[in-house]
Amino acid sequence: MRKLLALTVVQGKLFMREAFAFFFTLVFPLLLIVMFGAVFGNEPGGRFSGPYGYIDYSTPAITVLIIVSVGLMGIPIQTATARENKILRRFRATPMRPSTYVGATVVVYYLMSVVGMALTVVAAKLLFGLRFDGSWLGVSAGFTLIAAAFFSVGYMIASVASTARIAQVVGQLLFFPMMFLSGAALPLQLMPEGVRSFAELLPMTHGVQLLQDLWFGGAWGDSIVHVLVLAGTLIVGLTLSARLFRWE
Amino acid sequence: MRIFGVLVGSFRWRAPDSPDRYPGKTERRMDPAIRVRDLTKRYGDITAVDDVSFDVAAGEVFCLLGPNGAGKTTTIECLEGYRRPDGGDIRVLGLDPQKDAEGLSRRIGVQLQEASLPARLKVWETLKLFSVLYERPSVQWDLLDQLGLEAKRDAYFDKLSGGQKQRLFVALALINDPEVVFLDEITTGLDPRARHSIWELIRGIRDRGTTVVLSTHFMEEAEALADRVAIIRSGRLVADDTPRALMRSLDRDDEVTLTVEGELDPASVAALEGVRAVFPGPGGLVARGSGSGWIARLVADIDRQGAELVDLSTRRASLEDVYLELTGDAVYDPGRSPEGAERPGGDREPHDPASGRPISEADGDPGVTS
Repeated sequence: MRKLLALTVVQGKLFMREAFAFFFTLVFPLLLIVMFGAVFGNEPGGRFSGPYGYIDYSTPAITVLIIVSVGLMGIPIQTATARENKILRRFRATPMRPSTYVGATVVVYYLMSVVGMALTVVAAKLLFGLRFDGSWLGVSAGFTLIAAAFFSVGYMIASVASTARIAQVVGQLLFFPMMFLSGAALPLQLMPEGVRSFAELLPMTHGVQLLQDLWFGGAWGDSIVHVLVLAGTLIVGLTLSARLFRWE
Repeated sequence: MRIFGVLVGSFRWRAPDSPDRYPGKTERRMDPAIRVRDLTKRYGDITAVDDVSFDVAAGEVFCLLGPNGAGKTTTIECLEGYRRPDGGDIRVLGLDPQKDAEGLSRRIGVQLQEASLPARLKVWETLKLFSVLYERPSVQWDLLDQLGLEAKRDAYFDKLSGGQKQRLFVALALINDPEVVFLDEITTGLDPRARHSIWELIRGIRDRGTTVVLSTHFMEEAEALADRVAIIRSGRLVADDTPRALMRSLDRDDEVTLTVEGELDPASVAALEGVRAVFPGPGGLVARGSGSGWIARLVADIDRQGAELVDLSTRRASLEDVYLELTGDAVYDPGRSPEGAERPGGDREPHDPASGRPISEADGDPGVTS
């Protein structure tokens, strides 16, 4: 436990010193919410159903964006870099168990995603009067499920990528199309029908819709498809990472 | 590179008033710290380590010497528990490195040939983190001072020089007061000054009673540090002894390089008792011989001939000669001329070893005398 704590502190510091991850997790979402709020405002109506506006839909969507950027880019790049630079090798020589290393990394990225979400929520609330009708417990559970699913995909990428460069390319190839097609950056309500049906195939879309449903006070029962897709993603990611992951 | 000379003088690993951590050191010396029997490791079709056996006594500096790719690192990594051998038996501190990897990792110090740390981790953070990972109750901050890293305490890892990085890795290898320390090619890529400061460091580790296993392809490093040298070639152990015994085993002639002014008849030198061969050298000649007093007779002969001796240097068999002979590229070949000498083309036998008849000017060697 002492080891996990010490390594978590160190990984946290390293995260803050890494400009790329810092930007995507903590700065970029804030920029998005401010930009969207300035352009679209947060008035209910138009294409959005119920008493909710653009920012009300965007805030949970951007939260998912943070989680997925951490999962598909932060974790695989960090892990593959540490492996390629023989950093994992040095850690392997210590009496620390490998699970401690993975645990510390996951804790740091999870906490950073929470901070990224908190910053986004506070900005949306203060600047654009964000509405929230769900329960924090429900949203936290949904957040955790989404994080588990995409973090496991991140480890899957780190497992199949032989170099940090490949991990980065694979992560970005998965992330950027999904970012635009899943409703995370731009609401699907604004998209043509064809794009919307394609979006249904992307796990990230289900993450966005699950968190939006929970945000507006929807019941878990109504989101069962989303939960199943995310759980399936988690199982595939975990199984493949556990089989394929190499320390060197 | 600062203060290594000073540092070594005050080198200490424990507070002076703390009790000796190794009260049983003398008894412990009776069991080898490391016992390797018939170690074999293959990568595909290549046998990297082939049936290697050796013991390392507690408290000694054991040096694995060999060319790149000879199997040094594979051997060391099997000892550390990093690689699973395909055959043989290894005991490090009585433990099987495969079956008790975690227990062993607490008692050994490891400096890996290929390893790194996060670029943006500071020196002090590294030391603190590894102290926790090695389950130490406190951080041995004085390691920084002992390793000349105190001024770099707040530096990021990627801002350190090669020598500083290596010293940080040494600090990490010592952080758990290990009983055995593995240093794999620790001075490769370092400049001579950094290398010498690492040598002082290793002597300090040995003086503390810690067993040191060192791999290198630097002869002088083995000569300077090792209590025992094992030479490994293509995965096989070809020698395992003290450096002195290895050099003696070569049974090589001494070699004297003379620089003279004035006429000097090589035939006369070659006829002296104990002289086995004479070659022309730059500004004089090179003589090989053995036995007692032959160098004195050589000097007397130069004097008798009326030539003036300007310079004389002797060379005895070095570990390098042993190494080169055992690793296949034999340098001691009676027919080979010494460095700097011109030899007639194609002639591999400058003298008849049986009669001791030397080469002479008649053989066509130019420049024997001025």
